[in-house]
Amino acid sequence: MSPEPHAHSPATASASASATAEAPVPAAGQRGENVIHNIGYRDYDGPRLGRSYARTSLFEQSLRGAYGLGRSAKSKVLPMILFAVMCVPAAIVVAVTVFTDAKQMPIDYSAYVIQMQPVIGIYIAAMAPQAVSLDLRFRVVSLYFSRPIERGDYVAAKYAALSAAIFIFTGASVVILYVGAMLAKLDFGDETKGFALGLVSCLVFSVLHAGIGLAAAAATPRRGFGVAAIIALLTIPYMLISALQAIVASQNNYSAIGWLGLGSPGSLVDGLQSKLLDGRNAFPMGHELTSAQVSVYVALIAVLITGTYALLLRRYRKAGL
Amino acid sequence: MRVTVIAIESLTKRYPKVTALDRLTVGITPGVTGLVGANGAGKSTLIKILLGLSPATEGGATVLGLDVAREGSAIRERVGYMPEHDCLPPDVSATEFVVHMARMSGLPTTSARERTADTLRHVGLYEERYRPMGGYSTGMKQRVKLAQALVHDPQLVLLDEPTNGLDPVGRDEMLALIRRVHTDFGISVLVTSHLLGELERTCDHVVVVDGGKLLRASSTADFTKSTPSLAVEVTDTDTHPDGTEALRSALVAAGLSAQAPGAAGAPGAGHLLMVDATDESAYDTIRDTVTELGLGLVRMEQRRHHISEVFNSEPGAVGTAPAVGPQAAPGVASSGAHPAPADALADRQLQPQKGGSGDVA
Repeated sequence: MSPEPHAHSPATASASASATAEAPVPAAGQRGENVIHNIGYRDYDGPRLGRSYARTSLFEQSLRGAYGLGRSAKSKVLPMILFAVMCVPAAIVVAVTVFTDAKQMPIDYSAYVIQMQPVIGIYIAAMAPQAVSLDLRFRVVSLYFSRPIERGDYVAAKYAALSAAIFIFTGASVVILYVGAMLAKLDFGDETKGFALGLVSCLVFSVLHAGIGLAAAAATPRRGFGVAAIIALLTIPYMLISALQAIVASQNNYSAIGWLGLGSPGSLVDGLQSKLLDGRNAFPMGHELTSAQVSVYVALIAVLITGTYALLLRRYRKAGL
Repeated sequence: MRVTVIAIESLTKRYPKVTALDRLTVGITPGVTGLVGANGAGKSTLIKILLGLSPATEGGATVLGLDVAREGSAIRERVGYMPEHDCLPPDVSATEFVVHMARMSGLPTTSARERTADTLRHVGLYEERYRPMGGYSTGMKQRVKLAQALVHDPQLVLLDEPTNGLDPVGRDEMLALIRRVHTDFGISVLVTSHLLGELERTCDHVVVVDGGKLLRASSTADFTKSTPSLAVEVTDTDTHPDGTEALRSALVAAGLSAQAPGAAGAPGAGHLLMVDATDESAYDTIRDTVTELGLGLVRMEQRRHHISEVFNSEPGAVGTAPAVGPQAAPGVASSGAHPAPADALADRQLQPQKGGSGDVA
């Protein structure tokens, strides 16, 4: 109570009751303002971590953004729902395996990811434009390029962030399957090998699809167009290829099945993992690729990854300011 | 602090079809410097080059002693930039966004958070900083844009049309804020505008570019000549049907120079008389003269010369407008078509500016 009389004493000494009634209000306001202004401007003389730190920060922010973290609640809904949709079937597979005492998982690690492609496709279609179109549309890129990073750093950070986001998205279900396999006390050596190869297959899948998604999304600042373009790129060729493969399979033209698989990103990864990563593909009749076909698969995946990366670099050549 | 913040040496930027900057040479000292020019005068191009984002066709420049062609990354670490256009994602809060931008400038996360809170408070954003920026008013958006340019405590900020789209009150607040960036924060400012009147109040120095060429570079005080000019308005009476004319002849007789203002068309211009007040006694002389004539004195106020007089002759005519103002050197009148006098002017005008920097640094 002691500060109270002090605060009021000048007012009571000088003026009437009405003045004292008003006095606390300006006094409080003034005190509040004083607190704000007395701090003043403080210089920053701490470390400036430079370009590579800025690149890492952009990667981190983009990765968080791909799951809606650090964005509005609305932006979190879709990635979280899709993530759940991706993981729940894996959990069901695990439950079935554990309760039926099966000697083997009903589905391979890599095959699960290939089967879930539509869900992954929607996720990429939603998140790739989120990663780049917003920056273009609201011209945030000009702020990025007014900071230490260069154009290549921006592309590298965005590419790595989306690849990592897709890898987490696909890898999580593979991890669930593996944990389930351990719970069901399946053979440790077999399962661990399958799990490791499954993760590698996820990685190839992620990097390839991140490139395609970003290249399509960066082409337009309109998010809607980006979403539509990516869904089209990922689903139409895949469905077309699957249909064509079924047709040639019915004509017993087996080598054509493998060649047709080159036609879509999904079947590319599928073919690759079936041959090199010890999996089984979803091609009709479980057709195995020839070694010539495998090398073309590998080459095409490499070309697609570097090609989309180069496209992105070109896209941002003039995007600064 | 360095004597010269930005040194530009015969900088030329040519695009396939236009020459955006034409042998621009100017030195910018610490303090608030206004870069004035009509749209398309080359202001934004200059900023791009200064940030090391666009190579110059000829010539070069240094910012804070760093070469723009080779040390762009280092420059951008020490310089803040506020673009003219919108640049804020709508679904992120101001705090999240500015923290991210601070980290993009190389600040560790903890420092980035502290500085964000500080900076947002300095620019006048309080509770609303936690809301997504999509719902902000133009004034709030401009404040966030300024905050992201200041958050890493740069030595220099480049502000591109910071008052764009603001109402008169917001404009005044933004200009006061820009002034504080230098006086309170100790950060040098280069601010562009096409409104001369604004910069007059805010800047220590003004650089005028037109068609990529330097028109003038000198301190604001030089621009707005300090010899006060008095605007006098009187009423008419029965004895003097034209009171203004009567006062004029009486004042001339009293040894003062008085004439009708050149700016015709302004409200009440016909009744105004501009009197050069060379010393204090002029005020008394005017008062006594008005009383003797029995006129009613409507007003008597100090007028400064405005920077806009630089553009008065042909406002907006890019590339052809010669600078004819009260301060303009005789050689400038023909500079539009001939680059040589413009360069000579540039060199000459640079000197007072450099000399004037002592008090600021």
